[in-house]
Amino acid sequence: MARPKAAFFDFTCCEGCQIEFTNYGDAAFLELIKHVDVVEFREAMSEKTTEPIDIAFIEGSFSREADRKRLEDIRKRAKIVIAYGQCAATAGINALKNHTKDYKEAVYGKDALMPHLDSQKALPISAAIKVDYNAFGCPVNKYEVLQIVSHLLHGKEPVIPTYPVCVECKRRETVCRYQEGDHCLGQTARAGCGAPCPADGIPCEACRGFVDGPNEAALEKALCSAGFSKSRAQEKSRMFAANQRRDAK
Amino acid sequence: MSTATQDIKIDVHHLTRVEGHGNIVVDVRKGKIEKCEWQVPEAPRFFEAMVRGRHYSEVARITSRICGICSVGHTLASLKATEAALGIHISEQTFKLRELLKHAENFDSHVLHVYFLAAPDLLGAPSVFPLVATHGEVVARALRLKRLGHEWGSLIGGRTTHPTRPVPGGFAALPTVKELQELKAKLEQAVPELEATLKTALALAPKFPAFDRPTEYIALSSDKGYALYDGEIQSCLPDGKKQRYAVADYKKVTNEYMTKLSTAKYCKNKLDSYAAGALARFNNNYDQLHPEAKKVAQALGMKPVCGNPYLNTAAQVVEIVHSYHDSLRLVNELLKAGIKDEKPAQPTKYATGAGGVEVPRGILFHEYSYDQDGMCTAGNCIIPTNQNHANIQRDFDKLVPELLAQNKSESEITLALEMLVRAYDPCISCSTHFLDVTFI
Repeated sequence: MARPKAAFFDFTCCEGCQIEFTNYGDAAFLELIKHVDVVEFREAMSEKTTEPIDIAFIEGSFSREADRKRLEDIRKRAKIVIAYGQCAATAGINALKNHTKDYKEAVYGKDALMPHLDSQKALPISAAIKVDYNAFGCPVNKYEVLQIVSHLLHGKEPVIPTYPVCVECKRRETVCRYQEGDHCLGQTARAGCGAPCPADGIPCEACRGFVDGPNEAALEKALCSAGFSKSRAQEKSRMFAANQRRDAK
Repeated sequence: MSTATQDIKIDVHHLTRVEGHGNIVVDVRKGKIEKCEWQVPEAPRFFEAMVRGRHYSEVARITSRICGICSVGHTLASLKATEAALGIHISEQTFKLRELLKHAENFDSHVLHVYFLAAPDLLGAPSVFPLVATHGEVVARALRLKRLGHEWGSLIGGRTTHPTRPVPGGFAALPTVKELQELKAKLEQAVPELEATLKTALALAPKFPAFDRPTEYIALSSDKGYALYDGEIQSCLPDGKKQRYAVADYKKVTNEYMTKLSTAKYCKNKLDSYAAGALARFNNNYDQLHPEAKKVAQALGMKPVCGNPYLNTAAQVVEIVHSYHDSLRLVNELLKAGIKDEKPAQPTKYATGAGGVEVPRGILFHEYSYDQDGMCTAGNCIIPTNQNHANIQRDFDKLVPELLAQNKSESEITLALEMLVRAYDPCISCSTHFLDVTFI
């Protein structure tokens, strides 16, 4: 792909994945923009375009019916759509409210019915449009993003990990959190981050969501073995994987 | 046709070069202002509903996700609130490391705002990308400084977007003495970059628009130093009169109310609106700035109480210098004491507590209640941009008639309003998660 036109778009999210794009430093960033022509990026640019684009990076979840048309317009203009970050890929943390009914009242009280506060279930953007690739993570792994872009530039299929975080812990010889008397979600969490948290003594929270076909019952059993109550073990993975659980709404 | 009688229609949908989504709508018919609004249509995300039923060890991980730019500040405010609620007392080492982390975030975010979001307006460019060709060295310097802030914060926090290492009671992992020595060397090597930043700021300073609307300024304040990580709430009025409040009493200061213009709530204290952010900190705590930062303020022609909101960006330059020098002090003190392998402090009770920190955009409050199992029963977050929305609207109300009286064109008025909003460095996705949860 010769110097593709790339654009960034944001929906329901914290925009932290866009910020990661500014953390490469001068050498990598200036090299990257030699190969990619960034034509729209609202958080950093005033320039806008209605022209066709080669790669659309879409950040954020689909949580308002009103956003569907904007997503469809981007899809029509874009050759490749990348769900950029966990909110776009699975709705990530935004989906943590999906199993509750009173979230509007809980936050806005008597003002909850004001029309501009309308919000539905938080869904991945794939609920509205076709997605070609997912850059998982909360936030994205900025080096994995470089790799995805590099693969596309070279006409190769990007490789997105489908194995769990445990594999990466073994690879870097991190002692298992369960061995330390702690808990962890690494068994069912999608890898690709390099497993920095368990190496720091922090349980994996599955911020890249679940692997495909996670064994949730085994996860809950392991959490109970680490001293969790049954209800807490059942609730634990809702934080980042609400939409991938067997009880997803 | 002269502007005094002309029709002006400004409809900036999803203002660019700000975090989150905001609209500017101005409608002037025959010189009469029919509408002049700062609107916040950001999709609401309901964080306070999300934390209910979650364990105290998870709460900062969740509320960090309110904002990608100030996730360090959200994490720290959240930890402080949880620690207050659970009677957790942190060590001096933890306190200093958190101060160092807080400095890293303010440095990092201010570099991003000054160079990438604000400077293009002053250089007449739509974004930083065309500046690569015309001001290549400035852009490269900005990227190097941004990277420095990122590496500095990552060393203490694990990463800068949604930090992993800070946990209730302390840190899950600590930097080594060798890593702190490397950070010190990196900071020391950045001196020429800071000097060049100041030179760029001085060259651009005359381009800041002249506008004056002194308001109430709210910031954390402490007798121990220029407050970022810790302090009490302080109000500074246009005449310089100050008053302090306990962080636990934050609701007496924020007084939130709902408006049709915004998914974020408005705030007011003594006046009709108030400002939070770098300028509010500058106006409240000028005397405690590092001497080098004071020199920068003097070179930029700034002194408290400064009533020009456009100079919030200049106050950020002053703070970049302050955070740099105060961090060198902290690193030296930490190195002198040596890094002790401390485990996080544990809860001594389960109740309700509030915490406040200064994030780049201003004062931030979190408050939580926990049950006897350490599970969260209620949460409340009041974000600085949310505290600024009403003040931005009041600035619009004064500025637009002034610009009309000066016969400014529609495009000049649009730019002036866009620049005004950008000067506040708003973090709009942050600002749409408030509420008044009833605390049990």
